[in-house]
Amino acid sequence: MLKKQIPLAITFITGVIIVITFFIPHPPFGRLQQDALTWYSVIFGFTMLLGVDSLVRFHYRKLRRREKGWWFSIIFYGGFLLSFITGVVSEVRFGDAFKIGSSFMYFYNTILIPLQSTMFALLAFFIASASYRAFRARNIDATFLLVTAVIVMLGRVPVGYMLWHKLPNLTSWILNVLQLGPMRGIMIGIALGTVAMSLRLILGIERTYLS
Amino acid sequence: MNGENISFWEKLGKIDRRWIFLIIGLVVFIPIAFGLRMTVHVSPAVKSAYDTINRLPEGSVVMISIDYDAASMPELQPMLKAILRHCFDKNLKVILINFWPLGLPIGNQGLEEVAREYGKVYGVDYMNLGYRPGDIAVMLRMGTEIRSVFYGDIKGTPLDSLPMMKNIHNYDDIAVVVGLEAGSMGDYWVQYVNARFKQDMILGVTAVMAAGVYPYLQAGQIKGLIGGLKGAAEYEKLVNHPAFGHIGMASQSWAHVVIILFIILGNIGYFMERRRKRGL
Amino acid sequence: MIEALGIWVAAGLTLAIMSFLYGDNPIYKFAEHLYVGYSAGYWLIYTWHFTIKLMVIQPIAEKQPGAIFLVIPLFFGVLMLTRWFPRIAWMSRWSIAFTVGIGAGLTLTGAIHGYIIPQVKATILPLWTGNGFSSFNNFVIVIGVLTTLIYFFFSRPHTGVLGKTSKVGILFIMVAFGASFGYTVMARISLLIGRLDFLWSSILKLVHFF
Repeated sequence: MLKKQIPLAITFITGVIIVITFFIPHPPFGRLQQDALTWYSVIFGFTMLLGVDSLVRFHYRKLRRREKGWWFSIIFYGGFLLSFITGVVSEVRFGDAFKIGSSFMYFYNTILIPLQSTMFALLAFFIASASYRAFRARNIDATFLLVTAVIVMLGRVPVGYMLWHKLPNLTSWILNVLQLGPMRGIMIGIALGTVAMSLRLILGIERTYLS
Repeated sequence: MNGENISFWEKLGKIDRRWIFLIIGLVVFIPIAFGLRMTVHVSPAVKSAYDTINRLPEGSVVMISIDYDAASMPELQPMLKAILRHCFDKNLKVILINFWPLGLPIGNQGLEEVAREYGKVYGVDYMNLGYRPGDIAVMLRMGTEIRSVFYGDIKGTPLDSLPMMKNIHNYDDIAVVVGLEAGSMGDYWVQYVNARFKQDMILGVTAVMAAGVYPYLQAGQIKGLIGGLKGAAEYEKLVNHPAFGHIGMASQSWAHVVIILFIILGNIGYFMERRRKRGL
Repeated sequence: MIEALGIWVAAGLTLAIMSFLYGDNPIYKFAEHLYVGYSAGYWLIYTWHFTIKLMVIQPIAEKQPGAIFLVIPLFFGVLMLTRWFPRIAWMSRWSIAFTVGIGAGLTLTGAIHGYIIPQVKATILPLWTGNGFSSFNNFVIVIGVLTTLIYFFFSRPHTGVLGKTSKVGILFIMVAFGASFGYTVMARISLLIGRLDFLWSSILKLVHFF
C-alpha cells in the first residue's frame, strides 16, 4: 500500500486539485493551488541532485574498477571539485556565488561557457557534411523539403536579397502561410497526445514513473 | 571516358568529411577576420516585436526571461542586448528572470553590461529576480503575487526594499514579457501566462525553434517574433546599434550559399551515380 | 594577468573540443570530462542557493507568514534523495508522485486552454476576405492544417479520399520540415560564428596584451 497505492493516490489527488483550481480560482481553491505550486517548486528543486548523484557514482565505479578510460574520471572529479569549492568559497565570501567577479563566475566564464558553446558549435560542421552526403531529392516529398529549405536558407540572410529582392518576401510567405498549417497540425496532434498522457497519469493508468 | 567521369562523381561523393569541415570553417572565419558586413533588411515579425516595445510609455515594466544557456548564447545574447538597449533608450523598467540554471550568469552579465552603458541604477531602473525551480508553477504564482515566489531578488535582497518594485505585484503591472527561448519555456509562457493572464508576449527564439513559433504569431498569442541571429541583427538595426548580429551576417550568408552548393553537388553526384547503375 | 590567463584557458578549451573534428582524441575527452564534471558541481551550488537557501531557509529565518510549513515540501524533497538507498528507495515515490500529479494537471489544462483552443480558433479563417491574396493565404492555412491532421489519423487505412488527402498532407509536412531544416542550418552556423568570433577576438586581445 505504501509503495504503490499511496503514490497513485497522491498523483490522482494533486492532479485533480490542479484541474479544479483552474476552473475555480476563488478561495479556498486559489490558496490551495498556490500552496501546491509552492510545494512543487521546492520538491522539483531536489530532482536536479539526482542527476548529479548518478554521474558521481558512475565515475566513482569507473575509477574503483579501473575500467577503460578511468583516468578521465579523475578529470571529471577535478572539474566537479573546482566548481564545488569555488562555489562554496564564493557563497561564503559574498553570500552569493553568482556575484559577478567571484571566483565561481570567473571559472564559469573560463570553463563552462567555452566548453558548452563549442560542443554545440561543432554541429555546424556535421550539418554541412550531412547536407553534402545525405540530403538527396530521391522522390517528390524530398524535393519539396529540399526546395523549401534552400529558399528559407537564402531568404533569411542578406545574400538572398542580393540575389533577388523579392526572395525575403517569398520566404516570409512560406513561413507565415505555407508551413504554418502543417506546423500547427503537428503541434495540435502533439498537444492532444500530451492531454491523453496527462489523463493517463492522473487516473493511474500510466505507472512507469513509479519504477 | 564515361567510366572516368562516373568514377569522379563516386570519388567526390566519398570525399573525406574533414575537407568539408575545413571549407565551412574558412567560409565562416574569413568574413569575421576581415570585418565584412552586409545590409540587413527587417522582417515584419521582428518589426512587430520592436513596435510592441516602442509603443510603451516611459516607466513601463518589461520582464525579460532568460531561458537559454551558453549553447544558444551566440543567437540569443545579441537579442537580449538589443532589447535592453531599446528599453533603456525609452526609460522602461526592466526585470530579468531566469528558468535555465546554466544561463543565469550569462543573462545577468549581459544586463549589467548594458545597464552600465546607460548609467542605469540597480533597483531603480532594472533588477534581476534570478531563478526559482518549478517552471510553470513559478509562472502561475507570479500571476497572483511575484513576492509569493520571489521574496528576494537574485542576491536575496527583499523586493520591497527595491524602489522600482514598490508597485509591481503581478502581470497586471508588467506591460510586456519577452521570452528569450532555447527550449520549451516559450511554449509555457504562451500557454500559461498569455492564455490565463492575457499577458502581452514577445518571443525571441533560436533559429531551430523559429519555424514552430509562427503559429503563435498568426494566432495573436505573441505580439512579435525574433528568430535566430538574423532576427537579432534586424533588431539591432531597428535600435541603431549594430553589434554581434551584424558581425555574423556575412559569415551566415556565405555559409548558407556554400551549404546549398554542397547539397546541389551531392545531388548531382547522386543522380549521375544512379544513371550509371541503371546502365544508361 | 588573470584575464589573459582566462582567455588562454577558454581559447584552449575551445580548440580542444574542436579537435574532435579531426578525430576522437584524448584532448577532446579531457575537455568533455571537465565540462561534465564542472556542470555537476555547478548544479549543486545552484540547488543550494536558489532552492534551499532562497526558497526555504531565508523565508523561515525571516519569519514570513506561513513559511514554517515549507519544512513539509523540504521533507518531501529530502525523501526524493532516498533513491540513493535501495532499501528505502520506495519512499521517493511519494515525492515523484506529487511532482508527476501536479505536472500532469498543469499540462492537461495548459495544453487545452493555452494551445488547442487558441490554435483551432486561429484556424477558423474566412475563405473569402474580399482580397484575393489574403483569401488564398487563409485557404492554404486551413487546407494545410486539415490535411496534416488527416495524415496523422491512423485509425483508418489511407485509401480512397482519405489516402489522397493524406498525400497532400505529406507534401505540406515536407514544406514545414524543409523550413525547419533551413532554419536549423542557420542556427548551427550561428553557433559556429559565435565561437570563431570569440577565438578571433581572443587572438586580438592576447596580441594586445603582449
